[in-house]
Amino acid sequence: MEKKLTWKELPIGDILEGGSSLKFKTGNWRSKIPVHIPEKCINCFICWISCPDDAIIVDAEKGKWSSFNYDYCKGCGICAYECPKKAIEMREEIEK
Amino acid sequence: MPSIKELAKRESRFVSGHRLCAGCGAGIIMRLVLLAIDKPVIASCATGCVEVASTIFPYSSWKIPWIHSAFENSASTISGIEAAYRVFKRERKIDKDIVFVAFGGDGGTHDIGFQALSGAAERNHNVLYICYNNQAYMNTGVQRSGATPKFAHTTTSPVGKKIPGKIEWQKNLGEIMVAHNIPYVATAIPGRWNDLINKVEKAIKIEGFKYIEVLSPCRLGWPHEPELTMEISRIAVETCVWPLYEVEFGKYKLNYKPKEKKPVSEWFRLQGRFRHLLLPENVKLAEEIQKEVDRRWEELLKKCES
Ligand SMILES: Cc1ncc(C[n+]2csc(CCOP(=O)(O)OP(=O)(O)O)c2C)c(N)n1
Ligand code: SF4
Ligand code: SF4
Ligand code: SF4
Ligand SMILES: [Mg+2]
Repeated sequence: MEKKLTWKELPIGDILEGGSSLKFKTGNWRSKIPVHIPEKCINCFICWISCPDDAIIVDAEKGKWSSFNYDYCKGCGICAYECPKKAIEMREEIEK
Repeated sequence: MPSIKELAKRESRFVSGHRLCAGCGAGIIMRLVLLAIDKPVIASCATGCVEVASTIFPYSSWKIPWIHSAFENSASTISGIEAAYRVFKRERKIDKDIVFVAFGGDGGTHDIGFQALSGAAERNHNVLYICYNNQAYMNTGVQRSGATPKFAHTTTSPVGKKIPGKIEWQKNLGEIMVAHNIPYVATAIPGRWNDLINKVEKAIKIEGFKYIEVLSPCRLGWPHEPELTMEISRIAVETCVWPLYEVEFGKYKLNYKPKEKKPVSEWFRLQGRFRHLLLPENVKLAEEIQKEVDRRWEELLKKCES
């Protein structure tokens, strides 16, 4: 958002643009960062379905894991915990 | 159920940039519910973590028409929309096939939203109600609700010298919804996402009011390590604290039977709100919970067999 509205300028009821939270990046919440280990990955997409932040990108057409979306990943570690092949490692944000 | 790869082809309709805590179970639940529905959706949502974190002005994480009006009326808001839709259809002003979904937390569903919920169920609106039950009023700072389990620590049922956490039993709202004679009632967890997706898929094909209650681990209020969100929900099922079942037109069906029923201490162990129950001086309290979990489980098994 460009300019913050004062309470006097706020609409009484409002219509927000669908999906506009994509403009708000949550990646800077992270203290740990998930790192993918492609050799171990079997492209099962379990990490993708488990992410509360929709921060894992998969290539659905090719059936292949693609990348983390670090703009939004909050570093919760669920993907690493759920991965059946230990193909995701959580590292300290600075070490990555 | 479509395979996970087919699901991945669907557009995400609960998108990134929401401000739920890292690891929040409710974020997973919202994504799963919308992924399971391969049709246009209109949703309402009660005040609570999901609403507050997904629609912070001027942003929205929803790629569907979505309306918030108040804490207590998610079910009546969606009832009005669904009733208007029926009129539009009759008058041939709309021909789209739309799925109506109401979301509410446990406070917005079991407590303050209960009369709206009960009314919508009684009128049998063609609506799917999803309660994401994190077992307290989390958004306002972890206060006890009617769904908070007995002996859980919350800020309004603090563990101390006077009380060992909340002193009342939690409501069994699933059973109360069954008593409304609605066509479909089910429980679910994020950790068994295929079961949850199956239930949502099944529910939207049924005409009338459907109620699914999903246990929603809350790393801040329970509290637990954030990476354990899915695992903790599965432990709730393995200990029979949160059995997975569905009731279709009054007929009970157990969806999952643990191979070996785990003791409730496994459920307490990973959560701060129950840690006092593992102390030697509180053995009696832990036993009381175990006894009640066993009793409710046996009762459910009987209903599923008959
Ligand atoms: C009539 C009314 N009373 C109180 C509130 C304050 N309030 C907002 S959300 C909330 C608790 C929500 O709890 P729950 O429904 O369990 O959702 P959660 O925050 O846990 O996701 C309360 C007390 C309100 N918004 N409206
Ligand atoms: S760490 Fe959490 S937020 Fe980040 S990609 Fe994994 S599951 Fe998603
Ligand atoms: S869960 Fe693990 S193995 Fe499966 S796609 Fe994700 S990283 Fe690969
Ligand atoms: S307080 Fe709990 S339910 Fe609310 S956003 Fe945080 S983890 Fe989710
Ligand atoms: Mg709640």
